[in-house]
Amino acid sequence: MTSRSAAPTGPIEPGTEAPDFALRSTPDQLLSLSECRGRPVILAFYPEDWSPVCSDQLGLYQAVLPEFERFGAQLIGISVDGIWCHLAFARERNLHFPLLADFEPKGDVSRAYRAYRAQDGTSERALFVIDADGIVRWSYVSPVAVNPGADGILNALQNLGTGGAG
Amino acid sequence: MSTTWESRLVVPVAEARDHIQGSANAPVTLVEYGDFQCPYCGRAYPIVKEVQARMGDRVRFVFRHFPISTSHPYAEQAAEAAEAGAAQGRFWEMHDHLFENQKRLRNEDLHRYAEELGLDTERFDQELAGHIYADRIHEDFLGGVRSGVNGTPTFYIDGTRYDGSYEADDLVVALEQAAQEGG
Repeated sequence: MTSRSAAPTGPIEPGTEAPDFALRSTPDQLLSLSECRGRPVILAFYPEDWSPVCSDQLGLYQAVLPEFERFGAQLIGISVDGIWCHLAFARERNLHFPLLADFEPKGDVSRAYRAYRAQDGTSERALFVIDADGIVRWSYVSPVAVNPGADGILNALQNLGTGGAG
Repeated sequence: MSTTWESRLVVPVAEARDHIQGSANAPVTLVEYGDFQCPYCGRAYPIVKEVQARMGDRVRFVFRHFPISTSHPYAEQAAEAAEAGAAQGRFWEMHDHLFENQKRLRNEDLHRYAEELGLDTERFDQELAGHIYADRIHEDFLGGVRSGVNGTPTFYIDGTRYDGSYEADDLVVALEQAAQEGG
């Protein structure tokens, strides 16, 4: 019943500048958001490598990758799993887009996007579409057990082209 | 604000293009996006048959392709085999054959199924080798993606994505409810 100014909940909102980060994409390479400037970026935070819903979701995105690329967009997956785990997962599931390790300090980037599940110690199942100037244009957190599909991402990418306001 | 949305079928059912069982006058339409190699679709296959048997001409059923080739290496060629069957007027027989044998979807298996169905196998083999139905299958796939297909099988009841259980009893209840509302 007490009213107090609540901390913001939900993922960071459209119109916000996307927090920059640099995370490992391979054991000896970092990928930063800022180096993707100039093209749209899809950030797909997900709870865990190997879990059934994550496997289905990322397998679907791999299949839809050519459509994302038609918009010039770069797809990036992020979870708290370590880089060697990501590499094994990507190889096993034929995933050919970067999976970044939000591993140390654990979940820092997920927290910056308000997409961290402290109770589970994993990222949320959260999607962000970031425009070529690094501004979040769309964000969505799916219930953790529900694969959100790709239609929301594609609609958001389409709207980047017609959105008008810069 | 984050966005929420209800996923709806963005490609309407078209009698001239879709693979359809049942009458356009049926009070409710069930659309499945499926993958012949997907075990969940294999499990749904007899359930859909049971639903059709129980509802008779009260349900129209549409099957569209959604092969997730990254997970299921034989799904695409199986979908092409179904289309090659369709070209010879035997889509549903091939559809059934594929689901009933979904662990055997190599090229030689597909050829054998074409033989068993009495198809012109020379034409069938040529069409598969030339991948002449790949574009059509990709159209189904993209329409599915835009409609919010998030895995297979994904069902739509009268155009709205159905996220409930696909046990026969649950499907029949949902379909009958939609039939009443639509009727």
